[in-house]
Amino acid sequence: MPAQVITITSGKGGVGKTTTVANLAVALASSESKVVCIDGDIGLRNLDVILGLENRIVYDIVDVIEGRCRLKQAMIRDKKLPNLYLIPAAQTRDKNAVSPTDMNRLIKDLRADYDFVLIDSPAGIERGFRNAIAAADRVIVVTNPEISAVRDADRVIGILEAEDKGPGSLILNRLNPRLVKNNDMLSPEDVLDLLAIELIGIVPEDENVIIGSNRGAPVAYDPKSRAGQAFRNIARRIKGETVPFLDLENQGSLWERIQRLAGRK
Amino acid sequence: MSFFEKMFGRKSSADSAKERLQLVLIHDRTDLTPAELDSLRDDLIATISRHVSIDAQAVQIDVEHDGRSQRLVADIPLKAARHRTRRTK
Repeated sequence: MPAQVITITSGKGGVGKTTTVANLAVALASSESKVVCIDGDIGLRNLDVILGLENRIVYDIVDVIEGRCRLKQAMIRDKKLPNLYLIPAAQTRDKNAVSPTDMNRLIKDLRADYDFVLIDSPAGIERGFRNAIAAADRVIVVTNPEISAVRDADRVIGILEAEDKGPGSLILNRLNPRLVKNNDMLSPEDVLDLLAIELIGIVPEDENVIIGSNRGAPVAYDPKSRAGQAFRNIARRIKGETVPFLDLENQGSLWERIQRLAGRK
Repeated sequence: MSFFEKMFGRKSSADSAKERLQLVLIHDRTDLTPAELDSLRDDLIATISRHVSIDAQAVQIDVEHDGRSQRLVADIPLKAARHRTRRTK
């Protein structure tokens, strides 16, 4: 079966696109799929450090497009997962070094040999974003339960609809269940009501995400992390499984849960 | 939300975020600013008034949304036609 090409985008920067791509790539590759992820953020390369592959880069995506190397030479194989590859962004070039046609051509060469191609879109709605969605079969929009992130997600969804890339599906990242409970954070229901698109996952705020980034080992490897669990669940949903959403109410330390059971909280 | 905010009925911050987003998204999606909506309303009243007598003060124009699609909804109350009232006498 030819690869499914999935672009992860958001409009606003800093909502967790790159983290999402790295974690979905790890989760999909851990369950036998052959995965290539592409860093589409030309000039602001980051997916390499999140995946812990920054020391292995020789060639990048612009080298492939401009014919300085073969596609395989720019594909970095992951240290732990032999069926996970990264095509890094160029760091010293600007986003105009790549066009949507270039992206389509490059991805066409990948489709036959892999199960998933994940593209990390840059923030914004300009050239880099257009490149990232050009070849997408499916688009995942990442947002945070925060007013500016939701607004920008809506803009991006509008553009996707206008470009016939569908409304896409939504990952609500960095949800803080305690704030939602206190009515001080938009709830998943609020965000879905506003954006009116399909939800594919809710990722709770989790300090293990930063710890994973520090080590170059995405949190999806961590069997105990709730964010890791949420990303693994999203990967299963991408593969077509029906997986219930995490029960965020029960989040918290053992002590908090005991207090709650005792009716003190 | 603190006890005092609850006491004085202050809106939760999540509720204000949602309400503000609802308004801002309508304008983002339709490219209609409140001023443009007002000017549309005035044009509509002028045009319709040339054909039928309406209650201009009571005209309401809103953008409603159903999922991701938007619709412009106009509520235009008609004034009772004068010649008809004359005939019934």
